[in-house]
Amino acid sequence: MTEIALQEVVDNRPTGFRAVLAEFWSYFSENRGAVAGLVFFVGVILVAVFADFIAPHGPNHQYRDALLQPPFWQDGGSIKFPLGTDAIGRDMLSRLIHGAQYSLFIGCIVVSISLVAGIIFGLLAGFFRGRIDTFIMRIMDIVLAFPSLLLALVLVAILGPSLINAMIAIAIVQQPHYVRLTRAAVMTEMTKDYVTAARVIGIRSLRLMFVTILPNCMAPLIVQAALSFSSAILDAAALGFLGMGAQPPTPEWGTMLAEAREFILRAWWVVTFPGVAILTTVLAINMMGDGLRDALDPKLKRS
Amino acid sequence: MFVYFLRKLIVILPTFFGVTLVAFVFIRTLPGDPVMLMAGERGMSPERHAELMAEMGFDKPIIVQYGLYLKQLAGGDFGTSIITKQPVLKEFATLFPATIELSICAMIIAIFFGLPAGMIAATRRGSVFDHTVMTSALTGYSMPIFWWGLLLIIFFSGILGWTPVSGRVSLLYYFETVTGFMLIDSFLSGQEGAFISAMSHLILPSIVLGTIPLAVIARQTRSAMLEVLSEDYVRTARAKGLGPMRVIGVHALRNAMIPVITVIGLQVGVLFAGAILTETIFSWPGIGKWMVDSIFRRDYPAVQGGLLLIAAIVMIVNLVVDLLYGLINPQIRHTD
Repeated sequence: MTEIALQEVVDNRPTGFRAVLAEFWSYFSENRGAVAGLVFFVGVILVAVFADFIAPHGPNHQYRDALLQPPFWQDGGSIKFPLGTDAIGRDMLSRLIHGAQYSLFIGCIVVSISLVAGIIFGLLAGFFRGRIDTFIMRIMDIVLAFPSLLLALVLVAILGPSLINAMIAIAIVQQPHYVRLTRAAVMTEMTKDYVTAARVIGIRSLRLMFVTILPNCMAPLIVQAALSFSSAILDAAALGFLGMGAQPPTPEWGTMLAEAREFILRAWWVVTFPGVAILTTVLAINMMGDGLRDALDPKLKRS
Repeated sequence: MFVYFLRKLIVILPTFFGVTLVAFVFIRTLPGDPVMLMAGERGMSPERHAELMAEMGFDKPIIVQYGLYLKQLAGGDFGTSIITKQPVLKEFATLFPATIELSICAMIIAIFFGLPAGMIAATRRGSVFDHTVMTSALTGYSMPIFWWGLLLIIFFSGILGWTPVSGRVSLLYYFETVTGFMLIDSFLSGQEGAFISAMSHLILPSIVLGTIPLAVIARQTRSAMLEVLSEDYVRTARAKGLGPMRVIGVHALRNAMIPVITVIGLQVGVLFAGAILTETIFSWPGIGKWMVDSIFRRDYPAVQGGLLLIAAIVMIVNLVVDLLYGLINPQIRHTD
């Protein structure tokens, strides 16, 4: 009886990185929206990388004879400026294309800073518990007590308005989420047998934390990274819109909207297109994030 | 229940002191000292400067200064605005009703559309309606609301001419502030058209501010509903022959509401963040716009006081939500 029962437990599924990847893809690709989001996101990356080759004009080149020219399909528009020009004659399409660089850059930097800081604090809190844990978590509670955009705004007011400072502020505001997730995951992992076994062998704390435990906590962190990538883009655009992020003439999408505000009733295109760019990029990333969550969340996985 | 309340309070107290510490540190991390900040562009003589520094206690050790600051807060003094010379608390109290009015209307829109949309989507899982709701919800969730507001202005104010672009009520009407809520005050004034005017000013900002909560509530309701619908007791209720309306409306909804209520409570912070952008776009004279203006005017005492008051409000509301949550769901109260 016992032999049969034992045999049934043996897992014959292929292992290794490629198998994990294949399994992940089979779950991820079930969600059509997620795949669409991924395709769009890759498209945005390509546009950003090859911006200099794709953009028909320089992002800051002013065509003084073509101020506020409408898109090509409207009367007075020309194919030379497919999406029209802004108030000082800069090509909208070229600015939007270069704006993709800024948005992706913002997302990458913010996620990297907040992810790394969040993982370190979360590991420390979850691993050592006690006073270190209380101290770190109380600080995170304080950060979370403020509405995120307000705190970011005030931090930028202290640091001075610029894109770099806006990114630092957004990273500070976002990292408590990573700390909480890492801590919770670490605390669950700590109770498992493999951690006890590793301790018995005499593995040092640092190695135990980063090499043994951390890789098993990655799934929720990856999902959070995707979600905070999109909210970083949104928040940076909001700060840019309020004049507290990237400064003109930077072709950052939020900053472009701030510059376009006074023309909303005269030239719809200067307002509409930067917003469409923000919305579609953020939406694509969120759709991807949903797919990631479905594929990585063990609770929803049907095994 | 009382023990539960105490435990929650004990957790929140250090956070509250932390928040006051942030507000305290904020004004000291700015370039220049507080007296110079208050002097603003005018500047002042070194003697007067030293005198003021001593008068306000800035020459004392930093710990003592923090103690003084806490004492000042305990006495209800949240600083004085450099620009208007008014107490920050008074300015805050004058503008706060505008933000509450806007937030309440936004939440009404969010709940009124979000709850049914999420519920129907859950009961018709996989249908066209479900996909439409979920796609729209994710779009709403991804929306840069400052742009969304501009679009609505272009369409409804610019092209259709239905709604005004900014403010709370038309300048044609004047009435005394009774409650601070424009809808109620305009109604009480009895002037013809005043209420309609207030309403038309409120509608677009409410839609803009309500968009993200609406999306979050729809998503949360759907997933909570789906979870509950797969429970055994729902199957039992169905097996007993209860109609779908009764199963969903009575049996499933009550349990599905627990996570939804929490999510609704947690939107307070989101509403404040959203109010900053919404009020700026629509020139809505509330706390959000006041904070942004104060930052730009370098009215740092106002920023400091506002920051503290907003954080305190968010914390109190979250505490109340926690308590309500414990009240609805005894399981939470008795476990950690």
